[in-house]
Amino acid sequence: MKKVYINSISSITAQKTFDNSEFLDKLIIHENQVVFAVEPNYKDYIPPAAARRMAKGIKMGVVASKMALQEANLEQVDAIITGTGMGCLRDSEKFLSAIIDNNEQFLTPTSFIQSTHNTVGGQVALELQCKGYNFTYVHGSNSFESGLLDAKMQLELDEAQNILVGGVDELGDHTTKLNKIIHHIKDEKISSMEILNSKTKGTVFGEGANFFVLSNKKQAFSYAEILSVKLFNTLDHTELNEIALSFLNDNHLSVEDIDTVVLGNNGDVEFDSHYYQLTSGIFKNTQQVCYKHLIGEFNTASPFGLWVASKILKNQTVPGALKKNDLATSSFKYILLYNMYRGENHSFILLKSC
Amino acid sequence: MSKGVAITGMGIISAIGNNVAENFQSLVEARKGISRISKIDTIHKDDIMVGEIAYSNLELEELLGLTPENNYSRTGLIGAIAAKEAIKNAGIKDINKYLTGIVSATSVGGMDMTEQHYYEYLESDTNRRYIASHHAGDSTQKIAEQLGIDKGLVTTISTACSSGANAIMLGARLIKSGQLDRVIVGGSDCMSKFTINGFKTLMILSDTYNTPFDENRKGLNLGEAAAFLVLESDTVIKAENKTVLGYVKGYGNANDAFHQTASSDHGDGATLAMEKALKIADFSAKDIDYINAHGTATGNNDLSEGRAIIRVFGEENIPEFSSTKAYTGHTLAAAGAIEAVYSILALQNNVIFPNLNFKTQMKEFNITPQLKLKEKTLKTVMSNSFGFGGNCSTVIFSKEQ
Repeated sequence: MKKVYINSISSITAQKTFDNSEFLDKLIIHENQVVFAVEPNYKDYIPPAAARRMAKGIKMGVVASKMALQEANLEQVDAIITGTGMGCLRDSEKFLSAIIDNNEQFLTPTSFIQSTHNTVGGQVALELQCKGYNFTYVHGSNSFESGLLDAKMQLELDEAQNILVGGVDELGDHTTKLNKIIHHIKDEKISSMEILNSKTKGTVFGEGANFFVLSNKKQAFSYAEILSVKLFNTLDHTELNEIALSFLNDNHLSVEDIDTVVLGNNGDVEFDSHYYQLTSGIFKNTQQVCYKHLIGEFNTASPFGLWVASKILKNQTVPGALKKNDLATSSFKYILLYNMYRGENHSFILLKSC
Repeated sequence: MSKGVAITGMGIISAIGNNVAENFQSLVEARKGISRISKIDTIHKDDIMVGEIAYSNLELEELLGLTPENNYSRTGLIGAIAAKEAIKNAGIKDINKYLTGIVSATSVGGMDMTEQHYYEYLESDTNRRYIASHHAGDSTQKIAEQLGIDKGLVTTISTACSSGANAIMLGARLIKSGQLDRVIVGGSDCMSKFTINGFKTLMILSDTYNTPFDENRKGLNLGEAAAFLVLESDTVIKAENKTVLGYVKGYGNANDAFHQTASSDHGDGATLAMEKALKIADFSAKDIDYINAHGTATGNNDLSEGRAIIRVFGEENIPEFSSTKAYTGHTLAAAGAIEAVYSILALQNNVIFPNLNFKTQMKEFNITPQLKLKEKTLKTVMSNSFGFGGNCSTVIFSKEQ
């Protein structure tokens, strides 16, 4: 079986992450319960006329894809795999409210077409003229991870050599209102720097696109090797330490080998206890890194965790704003990522430096 | 690594029946399930025809033994019914005895509930429990819960009308690569006002019975359905001495990269998908005994698919083909899954289901679908599914490994 490498990364989030020469050098401190993406100059990548027709999710996805290909020095890939929890949410809302408000009359197809979950995957294929394998996963907070697992399987078996994998989700106004009502979004405003210590229910919602070129050919510029990806539907938080240990064990590693754990804490007092099991358990003495306080929670926020881990392994440094504890690490070889949302769709990803 | 991907169980619910036996009966009796819409109040009710599942949500909830406080979307309800039939059919008593996952496909997800309560959610808390069941993955999680799959791999695919075929494809690859011993694969999509109006704006809904591959075809009928297959590895088959219904022999996925909602004139993506599937199966075109076509009865699909079939098989060497969309309507993300069940039924019974409602030969080519029920010894069936976003998928089923 071939090894699988991360050869390029790209990110559009509520921080200025689209410039890969930086690593969260200038932080944006958000104060709201909903944080919007800081967008790059789209017309550097897509013609303005085309960009105007595209939903925000499509723009973010297509541009992040192009940035990832550019960094990998590729014109084409063998497959495109996209993860999205909600698809182009704004168009779904737009089409649905038009149906209700106008009693099914005077509708136009544009927002319906864009509302389809696989629109971003399809648009990226169109832009790249890529006729290869094209999949879209839509499984909550395991949408991206499902794609990662799929890509890894193909690359290991050499069914493909370069695969574009990414996650994209956008915020929609009505859905935001609904998530506030059911307290999945916090009742009160909160600063980015306070989120991880929050004692209230719900989280801060965000949006973004994070794409990667994975390859079974290592390059001088590769970020990391992906050793393992594992998904779980439901896990009881009491068994997390045991599950994490057996995951490491399957990969012939022990807790001491892990230089950093990258965790999906989102400041929801009801569910961050899952992460606490690990940070107060087997990883008590390991450097702990969190990222969602900077970019908000969304179904495909976790690939930003992979972006962070890739950067740490390449740069051999952790920006202060990401640190959950004060343990210093001098060099980084193995990083473990763990994510879940509201107690469901758990994932573990194991990376090794190149 | 498992060499074979065996199918050991199947379950289905559609407009032509609430289980596998009823669906088969309708198929051989040429009984279609297309009617005027009865379960959704829409201003288009006199302009469209649909394939509805007979049960109401309340009846489905009772069948599943759910309490009134449940928050299952109709997609989740029908999915659970079909998946449970598949598990029973496969004779599975202890689901977690082997490493088991589920890969489901949906395009509608929980939209049926969202569209009913969209504004009401803001005013009243009566139905707010459905807010969290809107996202596409929720129906799969509900099905997993019904089957008792807790820790295993559970995921959802949404590639429009090719989703169901892609779920089967991923499942087969998970078995082959040894990631899972057993995986339940399929799809579920319920009827919704959202999709009715979406397809209406695209002007591809027929106002009468859909007529696949007919010169005067007027578009598709939307349908709702769910179907699941149980796929198991060689190891499980051997250890449990299981009856095998058929095998997933080949699969191919390609993108047309032509247009967001239309297929290319000559079916480039469809051609690639069929060719890839043949290659994985290590078959040549002449090894295929029957093609269960996508055949949605839209002007665009049937022309593009027909041309692609000609490109792959050659106009003189095309095996019998038919679309079963005239029976069920186009069931979107479930289409690839229900047609997988029909393909297995064809293999098991050595019978080719007729392409209903066909009257006039298409002008662009000379190929004609199978119009009458036909008995033929079948060793292999090819099933096509194509969707928006240029997604093209082909799965090949075989009787022998």
